[in-house]
Amino acid sequence: MKKLSSLLDAKGYPLEKQKFTWKDLTGKPISKLDDDAFTRVRVILMNGIENDALRLKHIGARMNRELRLPLAEVRRVEHFQATMVNWLLSADHSPIETTIAYEQVAIEVTAAVAQTEPDPYQAQTYRYGLLEDFDHLYRYSALLDRVEGKDANNILQGYTDIVPGRRTALEFRAPEDDLRENYDKENAALITKIHAAMITAAEYQTHDYYMNIGPTFADPIARQLYAEIASVEEQHVTQYGSLQDPDESFLEKWLIHEAMEVYNYHGCAEQEPNPRVKAIWERFLDYELGHLNLVCELFKKYERRDPEEVLGGELPAMVEFKSQRDFVRKVLAEEVDLRSKGTEYVPLKQESKASIAYREQLNSEGVAADIVSAGYTWAPGTELARKRA
Amino acid sequence: MQNKVKTGLNMTGAQMSPDDSERMLDAALSIKPDVKGTTKGIAEQRRLRVVESDQVGSVPIPGTAKGMMKTAINKLMGKQPEVLIDKLGERLAFERSGTRLYEALIAKAEALDGTPEAMLRDLRHFQKEEADHMQLVVEAIERLGADPTAQTPCADVTGVASMGIMQVITDPRTTLSQSLNAILMAELTDNAGWELLIELARQAGQTEIAEAFGKALKQEQHHLVTVRAWLEKDLTSQLS
Repeated sequence: MKKLSSLLDAKGYPLEKQKFTWKDLTGKPISKLDDDAFTRVRVILMNGIENDALRLKHIGARMNRELRLPLAEVRRVEHFQATMVNWLLSADHSPIETTIAYEQVAIEVTAAVAQTEPDPYQAQTYRYGLLEDFDHLYRYSALLDRVEGKDANNILQGYTDIVPGRRTALEFRAPEDDLRENYDKENAALITKIHAAMITAAEYQTHDYYMNIGPTFADPIARQLYAEIASVEEQHVTQYGSLQDPDESFLEKWLIHEAMEVYNYHGCAEQEPNPRVKAIWERFLDYELGHLNLVCELFKKYERRDPEEVLGGELPAMVEFKSQRDFVRKVLAEEVDLRSKGTEYVPLKQESKASIAYREQLNSEGVAADIVSAGYTWAPGTELARKRA
Repeated sequence: MQNKVKTGLNMTGAQMSPDDSERMLDAALSIKPDVKGTTKGIAEQRRLRVVESDQVGSVPIPGTAKGMMKTAINKLMGKQPEVLIDKLGERLAFERSGTRLYEALIAKAEALDGTPEAMLRDLRHFQKEEADHMQLVVEAIERLGADPTAQTPCADVTGVASMGIMQVITDPRTTLSQSLNAILMAELTDNAGWELLIELARQAGQTEIAEAFGKALKQEQHHLVTVRAWLEKDLTSQLS
């Protein structure tokens, strides 16, 4: 265990020296074929986190006059960080292949978080959402196989199973059943706050990605499937976003977000095998430490509080970027029939009537997630290879 | 960049992670699909949406023919003038994109060590011919009173079909032979496209256009044979 505040001893790289060039920002991408799948997982996760950093800061600037300039200055750098990270994805990823990678992020990172989250209710929430993203992977794998004739495992590289989870057609819930109890800012561990911020960020980017690429598909089933799963991702943003304490001040949220960015770049840098990508994670860890120190000063100035109050909690080891197969299978076996009713998790039989009514109406003209995956069993080299074997 | 494919740590295959793959397969076989059926449901949805669907768009009415009696248009282009105009629009779009494809291919060939000077010379010549063909089609469309700046439905659809070819050739990571393979796809389609267009022009009574297009077809046939030979030579040399 170590304290994140110990990281503050390193002041990082000062904001005014954080510079880029256009060429620097759009350098060589990773290899879809030769890089480890977890390199791509980290790229997608960190892009999601940087985009959420921009989102939070834009919203903050709308209601904090005195912070508008520092927010704009940090945001500019984070925009470029997002650019450099996202441009690591190579052009030979088809949009469905990138989608498979997004779901791998959602599964493996959420599973890692669920195991280190100390708050049992929050951990339950991660396990609950995890089984839904796990199901999305299965439906999208069927889509990739049945529309493009490609094997999702070319992207997953054996790390993540392709089987049904909580059936997507059953995931559509009334808004009241997507809200969760929030952590208490006074008593929650720092890592609980970090987890909520990072998983919300990841899900938000997944939602936005599906909303952007969904209409670019010609195939009607693909178009509808993206619409369906994007709506579940919106539910997930609602779910994970509501884990955060709404009584935190904006500066407190900003501080947590910067700490979360430091925490994640640190984990990425520690575990990255690709030296070129590792250098980016190390560089941006330094940048984020610079941002964190800056926000600490603003926190002291405007809130007259010690950042240690927020950042002083102990942290478990960094997120482990590795296959969480055994954990996911256990959760699948034990919790696939759980349902959420209000902020509670209940057995199938006690499912919320509001959600059932909501779902029946939406599903009344057919569900692409069911149609695309009817009878689908993944096989190495696609289901066509199995059928001919 | 090396211009040859190489062996390395490609991570995509099941054999790269035999234990993990075995476990994935176990899971797939033990946890059955939760929705019964086959791919027939997808086919059914596709059929349904085809029936319900609108088209991508329409062929514009010839600008200079507005107000002309239908019979006059028919005289000019046969009974269904939009068919010929649409396909002319497609050819124009394809040749225009083809010019850009060659431009990108030339940059790649110039960057790679060992590209024969003769190949570069031919590539530049082919690019010029693609641009000439584009102009040829522009003139044919104008002669028919149609608008060569409009994007016809077939022009639009051929643009969609060509997106992958452009992605391959403009990717700095692709080798010369991978790019030649992509341009070969374009040239095969282009040859068939010109043959068909000439036939359509003849049937529409546009013999002058058909004759002018005949020269373009001959040049495209030469592109095709040459590109195919380059590709074969490049790959054969990698074998040795």
